[in-house]
Amino acid sequence: MTGTPPLGPGDPPVADGGVGLPEVGGAVDELGAGAFSRSRRGRLLRSQRGAVVTSTASTLVVLGAIVVAFLLAPGSRAVRATYFNAHDMWRAFIGDPHEGFYSVGRGLVVNIEMFTIGEVLILVLALLVALVRQSKSPVLFPLRMIAVAYVDFFRGVPLILVILAIGFGLPALYLPVVSSQSAFVYGVLALVLAYSAYVSEVYRAGLNSVPLSQIASARSLGLRPRTAMRHVVLPQAVRTIIPPLLNDFISLQKDTALVAVLGAVIEANRAAEIYSSTVFNYSGYTVAALLFLLLTIPLARFTDHLIARDRTRRLAGAT
Amino acid sequence: MIRPAAGTAAARPAAARTAAAAGTSQAETAPGSAGSGAAAAAGTSQAETAPGSAGSGAAAAGTSQAAPAAGTALRIEGVRKAFGANCVLKGVDLAVDTHQVICLIGASGSGKSTLLRCVDLLEAIDAGRVVFFGHDVTSPAVDEILVRRQMGMVFQSFNLFPHLRVLRNITLAPVKALGMTAADAEGEAMALLARFGLADKARDYPDRLSGGQQQRVAIIRALAMHPKLMLLDEVTSALDPELVGEVLDVIRELAAGGMTMLIATHEMGFARETATRVVFLEDGVIVEEGPPSQVLDAPQDERTRRFLGRVLSAGRM
Repeated sequence: MTGTPPLGPGDPPVADGGVGLPEVGGAVDELGAGAFSRSRRGRLLRSQRGAVVTSTASTLVVLGAIVVAFLLAPGSRAVRATYFNAHDMWRAFIGDPHEGFYSVGRGLVVNIEMFTIGEVLILVLALLVALVRQSKSPVLFPLRMIAVAYVDFFRGVPLILVILAIGFGLPALYLPVVSSQSAFVYGVLALVLAYSAYVSEVYRAGLNSVPLSQIASARSLGLRPRTAMRHVVLPQAVRTIIPPLLNDFISLQKDTALVAVLGAVIEANRAAEIYSSTVFNYSGYTVAALLFLLLTIPLARFTDHLIARDRTRRLAGAT
Repeated sequence: MIRPAAGTAAARPAAARTAAAAGTSQAETAPGSAGSGAAAAAGTSQAETAPGSAGSGAAAAGTSQAAPAAGTALRIEGVRKAFGANCVLKGVDLAVDTHQVICLIGASGSGKSTLLRCVDLLEAIDAGRVVFFGHDVTSPAVDEILVRRQMGMVFQSFNLFPHLRVLRNITLAPVKALGMTAADAEGEAMALLARFGLADKARDYPDRLSGGQQQRVAIIRALAMHPKLMLLDEVTSALDPELVGEVLDVIRELAAGGMTMLIATHEMGFARETATRVVFLEDGVIVEEGPPSQVLDAPQDERTRRFLGRVLSAGRM
């Protein structure tokens, strides 16, 4: 780049008012051999085998460090005895009614019931809320306001407070039907109310992601707004929101544990709580945690799979 | 709709005469034919009548193949449209007779697309009116959905429904809007696909098709509603050059079959050969209109000459 390198053999530099081609400095022979080669470390990271070796090694190092820190911690022995006692973990998992504690494993079935019923109700309620918020009819204005207030309220209040308010508040009203439900029903109701607020926003994002040109095209064909929503907009919206929707369901699965605060629903967390207060050993909580992981990790992997598939499809469609 | 409103009858005696002569044959196929007979007897008030419900069903079927009869399909009167402070249409007047092909030309932003969208009632106009087969369809009393079912619109970017197979893209509106049975709609859609060489694509999703194929499907989708008027909005502008021809061939075939069309286009060669009239828009007003030979080869207005000069130097003519 030193001096003025010629643009070509014998060509004078362009001088038409200073707006010439940018100077291309440095002839090729100025770059020594291997000017573009990667460092040795870079080459190793690029190669397939190198990548596997490197990732395995770094994983082992990190995990090893965590295990070592755990084992060397001053309270390590006590924590292991209290949280990871194999005997207590098994007893908590199996349960023993004669000793006064419930099976954490059976408790998990209650969690599964809660989120299965909850998910169906959430999908319906959240869609209704989203459709009301998306509506433009002036007749629906009061409903729109209610929907906005509903979403603001239930997204803003901690879930545990919603569960307490519904689980203890509704029965205290002594209303017919409303006040005479089981704690299980109140727990599910609280989860449905709280999660529908989130999921309605997911739906809304999905509805808004459908291009306006699709709506114009449905309208130009003479479809009524409702038909266009049902057959053109909604199917496309649902497709895009499945991963974020499953994401919310992963957190719903574990948040069913919060219903334990109502006391009367013996789900996994509550069973572990009873075990620990009976036997004074927290290994039951560890069992509950492991069981929740068994539920959520497969769903998380499935969500990743859907995202990856969607991405491949989109890339294929882009060509 | 059987006959133009009184004002038009005076303005276009030739068209009115032919319409009167062909009156009975058209009455069977025009929208809201039941109401329009009475309106004709009553005199001039029928321009305000909405297309009757009869028009949305069986009466609409098969009109595109109706016997040729001249009449005013569409009259655009003093249409103005602004988006905020941006005035896009500044009073446009245009009449399209049945079986005519009108090509709108003009630079991007001249208002061609907006005009088509206003005719399809996708945009509400600020002033003026759109009269479709004698009905003021911009009046608040009109159910715009019933009007759109009689017009076919094709967009620059195809806008096929990506989650539906080609066949279902075509049959969705006939089934859901016209109440056709799925079997009838599919039979008709397959016939249309076969006619335009796309029968083997019926089961594919749109993203498996080339741009030209997608646009042909979009045209078929509009045709499946048996429109009385086709609105084509730069339908070849998003296509690779080698795919433009197959789409233009479809439009030529429709023109030859007597379809009434209002086409926004940049394809000057196509306009010259197919258009009954070419209309040059600039800055939201019609600057010049006439037969293609006149507008394209001997433009009177300086602005038309300038535009065509730019098109020529871009190698698009």
